Parts: sequence; C-alpha cells; structure tokens
Amino acid sequence: MLWNSFLLALRSIRRNLLRSFLTVLGIVIGVSAVITMVTLGQGATRAVQDQIAALGSNLLQVRPGQRLGPGAGGAGAPAFAETDVQAIATQLGGIRAVAPEVRRGVTVIYAARNWATSVTGTTNAYFETSNWRLASGRKFEDFEERAGAAVCVIGATVRRELFGAASPLGQQIRVKDFSCEVIGLLASKGQGAFGMDQDDVILLPLRTVQRRVTGSTRVNTLLVSMKDGSEPERVKQSLTQLLRERRHLAAGEEDNFNVLDTRQIAETLSGTTQIMTTLLGAVAAVSLLVGGIGIMNIMLVSVTERTREIGVRLAIGALEREVLLQFLIEAVVLAALGGLVGIVLAAAASVVLARVMQVPFLFNPGINLLALVFSAAIGVIFGYFPARRAARLDPIEALRHE
Amino acid sequence: MPLIRLRGVTKVYGAGQAALRALDGVDLDVEAGEFVAIMGPSGSGKSTAMNIIGCLDTPATGEYLFRDVHVERLTRDQRARLRRRHLGFVFQGFNLLARTSAQENVELPLLYRGEGAAARHAAARAALESVGLTGWGHHTPSELSGGQQQRVAIARALVTQPTVLLADEPTGNLDTQRSREIMELLAALNRDRGITVLMVTHEAEMAAYARRIVRFVDGRIAADTLNRHAADAAEAAGAA
Repeated sequence: MLWNSFLLALRSIRRNLLRSFLTVLGIVIGVSAVITMVTLGQGATRAVQDQIAALGSNLLQVRPGQRLGPGAGGAGAPAFAETDVQAIATQLGGIRAVAPEVRRGVTVIYAARNWATSVTGTTNAYFETSNWRLASGRKFEDFEERAGAAVCVIGATVRRELFGAASPLGQQIRVKDFSCEVIGLLASKGQGAFGMDQDDVILLPLRTVQRRVTGSTRVNTLLVSMKDGSEPERVKQSLTQLLRERRHLAAGEEDNFNVLDTRQIAETLSGTTQIMTTLLGAVAAVSLLVGGIGIMNIMLVSVTERTREIGVRLAIGALEREVLLQFLIEAVVLAALGGLVGIVLAAAASVVLARVMQVPFLFNPGINLLALVFSAAIGVIFGYFPARRAARLDPIEALRHE
Repeated sequence: MPLIRLRGVTKVYGAGQAALRALDGVDLDVEAGEFVAIMGPSGSGKSTAMNIIGCLDTPATGEYLFRDVHVERLTRDQRARLRRRHLGFVFQGFNLLARTSAQENVELPLLYRGEGAAARHAAARAALESVGLTGWGHHTPSELSGGQQQRVAIARALVTQPTVLLADEPTGNLDTQRSREIMELLAALNRDRGITVLMVTHEAEMAAYARRIVRFVDGRIAADTLNRHAADAAEAAGAA
C-alpha cells in the first residue's frame, strides 16, 4: 500500500511539474541557505584554528604591557632582555623551547629586485616554538648567534620574490644597510587563514637584528612552547611568577606584561565563530519554515483544485487512509526533493563562497543529512493538514464539485 | 435473494421546516444480470437512490442489502472496500484524471487493489480493448473525443471485473450518435458478460436500451415496467 501511494504521489507530481517546482522553491532556498551558512561557518572556524595552530601549538606568547590589543606594550612597561630567555629556559619546568622575537618591517634587495617584508630576530629555538622546518640549508651556528653574524634563513615567499626558481643558498641579500648571506630556506607552510601569507619571513640571529636593524637590546616578545602533556595553567603560573621576580614587582603590583595562551585564544575565537555559525544557521532555518508553509499553501490549493479527482478516487474504492497517505507522501516527496536540490545548490554555493572568503570548504555530511530529514519532516508536518482534508471529503460532494 | 434489495429507504436533507425528503420509502429489488434504467424529473430522488445503491451514501432509515450484506451498517472504509470489489462507476462528466494517459486512468482502480504492474498493464489493455480503444492507451483525455473519454471511463469501471456497473447519465454530455454507441456498449456488456447495469437517464431513447425502467417521482417509485422491446432484442441476440 505504501509503495502504491508513493507511485500515485509521483504521478501527481509529474502531472504538475512546473507547480511542483515552484512549490519546493522555498524549501530549496531554505535548505541551501542553512547548509551554506553552516558549511562556511565551520570553514571560518577551521581557518581561525589553523591560523592559531600556525603560530605554534602549546605556545605561550609573552609581551610587555598590561593588556592585549592595539596600544599594548606601551611606554610604561619595560621590554624583555635576552637574559630573560635564558632564565626561563633554565629555571622553568615543562617547557620545550623558549625563543625571543624582535620583528621589524624592512625592504630587502637582491640584484635588481626588492621586496617589502619584515625581519625577525630570534634564535634556533624559534624553529621549535613556531613549527618551522628547513627545506634546505642550515640553521644558525652558535657562534653566529653570539656574534650577531649577517646570516639569514628566508621563507618561501621571499625566495620566490627575490630569486625566482634559482637557489638562494650562499647568496647575499641586502637588508637595510648591510648584506646578509642566505644560509637556509624554510619549508613552506602554505597560505594561512584569511589570505595571510605565512611564508613571507626572514629569520636572522637576535643580536644581528638588535644591532643593525632596531638599534636596541629590547626583546618585544617571548615565545614559550610547552612540552606535550604539561599543564598550560601551571606553566603559565610559574612563568608569571618568574617574570614578576625578574621584573622586581612587589606583591600588590599588577603584572606589567601579559601571557597569551594560543590554545586559549583558539578556543575563544572558534567559540565566537561557532556562535556566529549557529546564529546564521538559525536565521536560515526560518526561511526553511517559510518554505514549509509554502508547501502547505500549495497542497491546500491542490486539494481544492483536485476535489473531483479525489471524489473519483474515493468512488472507485480508495480508502480514507490511502488518500491521506497519497497526499502526505506527495508533500513529503516534494519537500525531500526540494531538500536534495537544496543540498546540491548549497554544495556549489559553498565551494564558490569558500574560495571568495578564503576559508577552507569543509563538507559536513551531518548537516546535509539533517537538512534532508528536516525537509522531509516539514513535508509531513505541513502536508498532514491538507492531506486529512482531502481524505475526509464526502465522495458525493467531491464529485459534484465544479 | 436479489443482488440489490432496498426496503423502506428514506433520505432527508436538511432539518425542520426546510427538510427535503429526497427519498420517501423506496422498495426496490434488482436481480443479478438485469439492465435497469432509472428515470424521473430532477429532484425526484433518482440520483440519491443511485448514490445509496452505489454505497457512496447511506439511507437515513430503512435497509439496503447488497449481496445479503446490510450496507447501512458498514463503516466508510468497509463501503469503500465493497465499491472497489463489486462496483464500477461511470459518470456524466467522465471524470478522468487530466494529463494522465488513458492506460494509467484505467489502471487506477487496480492500484488501489494493490495489483502488480504487469497484471495492471494487461488488465487495463484488455479493458480498453473491450471498449474498442485498442492502441489509444497512451493518449491523454484532452486528446480524446467525448465519446472516447466515456469509453475510457467505462474501461476504468470494467477493469476490476465488477458485479454491478452504475452509470449516472452516461450520455448526458454526448451527441446522439456518440450516445447510441455508448448505449450499445453498455447493452453488450450486460448481454455478453452478464454485468448488472443500473443507469440514470432522463432521455427516453437511452432508457429504451434497458430491459427494465424504474420511474421516480417525489422520492418514490411511481412506475416499474419491463421494456418488452429491449428484452426481446436481448433474447434474440442471446439466441443468435
């Protein structure tokens, strides 16, 4: 009986192809809106997470100043020194590597090409804290770090801009007013989230940058990467304690530096994007509801218009529940078809929009399945009332209907 | 027992002063294999009687036995099952499904019976053949003439091999020539396949094809006569 009702429903849909299409348009739009929003939202969440993972996992960033954001690290707060790095490395447990970071924007020149980028003064520990690997060449030697030698390791973007396909190793590039030998090439990390180019870097020994670029012994940022399995909160606490001592802060005084846990930022940011995703999805779901009402509307019109047909069906022996089932299945099939079309449309829209927004396209089978089930459920809910009205018609009245 | 037996059947529409007695104590017996024409002016109760005989409606009082079953005691679904098993309907307005091929229209009652696809196709083709529409199965109603549409409707009624064929003014929308052809067809089905035919009509010429004519006036049976001419013709055809 179910199969027969399904067959009858399919025949009815086929008889009114154009109207069936218009009927499901609401569902199509609703479903595709929900899926697109959720897919893009999840892509954005992933993008944020990737961006933070690229900074290094289990990483603490320490900066002078009391708060985050623009204007942080203001005049009052003293910067760090190279000795802080050694102190953290030797006195703190649970950490894997500590690296100083001094960054400054410069223009670098090789032959007739120049490229505006930034140089980062640091130590070999930076490779660990920031997840860099070498594609070729070598890291800094101890004596180079101590002496502030004019050597550098460049990222893939800098290499492409200055050298093209040629090997940069052993070549001299010009940074500000000094020449610098390229000793290593970093393995590409690829494009970061939201189009940020992670490979646009030049690493130099800390002292080289301090002497020849910034002209001061200040260290702006300390990067502390923790061992796997160490407790971030405890490490953070002992790090804070150590720095307070080193900066001679009295018990009542506030910290004049801040410690950022990248994992914490990741959680906060991805939490925010997840809330946005839910919100947008909910707005889109309203259009799905409107689509459902559209189906009910058309089904009611259809029942009125097909009153004589229903009369014939009842007269030749259709049971009440067979007519009910036929119209119900018609509504469900319509809604589910709309759902399917919506899924296809959403996939296409998501791929295109993900590219435009530069976030990864993440196919989520769960939300697609949910949308399909939900649209079918809308068919049942909004199809039931018209179907019941059709099934309860008096065959004599229905046959007389003009 | 006759196939159809009505005893003291009444049907009242409305209530109080405005109440209309559509049927006012009707007794009628129809034996299997009869061809009965029901005549009468409009409002005489002939359509109401047809609806009750067709198990579409139930009497207000009185009893209706169809094959010894008290129809007035059946539920809506039980009456539907009885219709799909024993009754075939032919309407004045054909009532075919639009934009649906003749073949699929004829198959419709079999769908409700749950027949398989192969059995449906074969039975529908045979039914179309028996009304002289071999090869017209793929045409939709709008591509067929009125006479052809009514033939499709008759094929739809026949496809379930019903005991009784109920025709409500089957020629009402047709010209004289088409009407005669339809009547010949109904008479042949009655004569050759033994199907009981009940037909409402207000045209004497069409009623003349029936072997028995029942006249309704004001909700009662005013006359119930044998149609000698048609009965003789049928016997002559049967003997030949």
